[in-house]
Amino acid sequence: MSLFTLIENWEGRFKKNSFETVSYAKKIADKLNSQLTVLTFSAKQPSELSKFGADKIINISNIKFEEASNDLIAEICQNHIQDGDYQTLVFSNTNLGKNVSPIISQKLNYELLSNVISHPDSISPMSVKCKAYSSKAIVEYQSSSKLNAISIVPNSIGEINESPVEFELNEIEFNKSTYEPKLKVLSRSESTEKISLPDANIVVSAGRGLKGPENWKMIEELANLLNAGTACSKPVSDMGWRPHSEHVGQTGIAINPELYIAIGISGAIQHLAGVNSSKNIVVINSDPEAPFFKSADYGIVGDAFDIIPKLIEEIKQYKN
Amino acid sequence: MNILVCISCVPDTTSKINFTQNKKKLDEEGITFIINPYDEFCLTKAIFMKESSGANVTVISVGDSKSESVLRKALAIGADNAVRINADSDSSKSVANLIADYCSKNKFDIIFCGRESIDFNGGQVPGFIAAKLNLPFINSCVGLDYTDDKINAKREIDSGHEMCECSLPAVVAGQKGLVEEKDLKIPSMRGIMTARTKPLEILDPESTYNNNIEILELSKPSERSDCKIISEDNVGELVQLLHKEAKVI
Repeated sequence: MSLFTLIENWEGRFKKNSFETVSYAKKIADKLNSQLTVLTFSAKQPSELSKFGADKIINISNIKFEEASNDLIAEICQNHIQDGDYQTLVFSNTNLGKNVSPIISQKLNYELLSNVISHPDSISPMSVKCKAYSSKAIVEYQSSSKLNAISIVPNSIGEINESPVEFELNEIEFNKSTYEPKLKVLSRSESTEKISLPDANIVVSAGRGLKGPENWKMIEELANLLNAGTACSKPVSDMGWRPHSEHVGQTGIAINPELYIAIGISGAIQHLAGVNSSKNIVVINSDPEAPFFKSADYGIVGDAFDIIPKLIEEIKQYKN
Repeated sequence: MNILVCISCVPDTTSKINFTQNKKKLDEEGITFIINPYDEFCLTKAIFMKESSGANVTVISVGDSKSESVLRKALAIGADNAVRINADSDSSKSVANLIADYCSKNKFDIIFCGRESIDFNGGQVPGFIAAKLNLPFINSCVGLDYTDDKINAKREIDSGHEMCECSLPAVVAGQKGLVEEKDLKIPSMRGIMTARTKPLEILDPESTYNNNIEILELSKPSERSDCKIISEDNVGELVQLLHKEAKVI
């Protein structure tokens, strides 16, 4: 019995959550005293994964994450999982993970534990903690199955442990004639310059208090300085000031960065649902009664148009 | 075109969450149940498709009688008929398998589900249904065009979008963007009246599926300590605190 994990990359380069996922799986593999197999696609330096404990690395060299349909990725994972003897599968609960983990689990009869935010409290039987009720609760599940798939929320474990091992690298070409993808990908636009929200350590977010889309320059400047992702509240995306993809909250994206800076956002319960797993929250709002202050670690009461330029200056000084 | 919209019955978004004494279930006292917001986008999209090209819209929910009021609301919004599968809704796999069984007997061109439900947020049901029926699966769908046998969809990916196409039937997991929030349908008086006479069928499950996952405990995340207020004249202190105390910059 051993462990299997799918490790994502973009244009061949691993993401931060790639190493988090390998580290997470390695910890389980150590407890079970078993091997860790990782599968990735067109990685430029697949051997990098051995630094975090991958014993066996399969690199599918003729298919790229940027181009492949989800069902093709799932199909290839399934083929490899069936060839092995895997007790536990580990995924990152990214967009891709959310697409392929249910398909693989259903087809191969694994129990799926998704939205996982802890290392297993027990491995046999498997028990883990997961987010529930839009981060208003934590649920601890126990699976009575021997075969389990775990999908961890990116950044929620936050541990990347170096644990170099001797490894075996298999560069494999997938025979494309053996599978006709169900979904045909026509195009993908993924900004490589911008920091993706689920991956960001720091997120700077702004709401209606900014008064108009023309005022986002200072938000972007602050985000750039902090190497942060930018986000917004629901009204802001509804009014079209910012794209939907930046909307964090209940019907938008849920994030859990190290630092979340909310500017001119009152903190409605639906907004908190998407951000209250952030490790540190800073709220800047002109209304001292804004409910967000109750869920924040640090707060400044005042006008964003005064405070943000000052904050930008202070951060520049601190950096020097 | 036949459309199925899978509906999950969840606590209202503003509900305060409390648990029963053994910490295994939600304390339902004082909780209002609503259509899962992600499912609502799908339902409105299905009604738009009905209005523009005469599709037939069925709504389905797996659960106890509590979900009937939510299904009636979906009928009032414009669905043609409703089905409740009278079974436990604790396990995503069982819910998905029961819906897939229903789909095998009744032909649907598009099976809509919300991307996730706002109670357990597992996001598993749509993918499970697609895998069980061996159908294309469009997750996190934020835009959909269709012809009789094909759909063109826009999907959200981690920091951008994907345009894709597939043949029908297909499973589509929707979210905001599939329709805009301002366009969400609400029941009209006439809709509420006609919903009373629309069929709401209650079916017993034909198979039982083992639930291998048990809830050991529900808990609340640890509360934050009090918010430290920093004077607006001393913004530098915030930078120091973030560096020295929070250690995040």
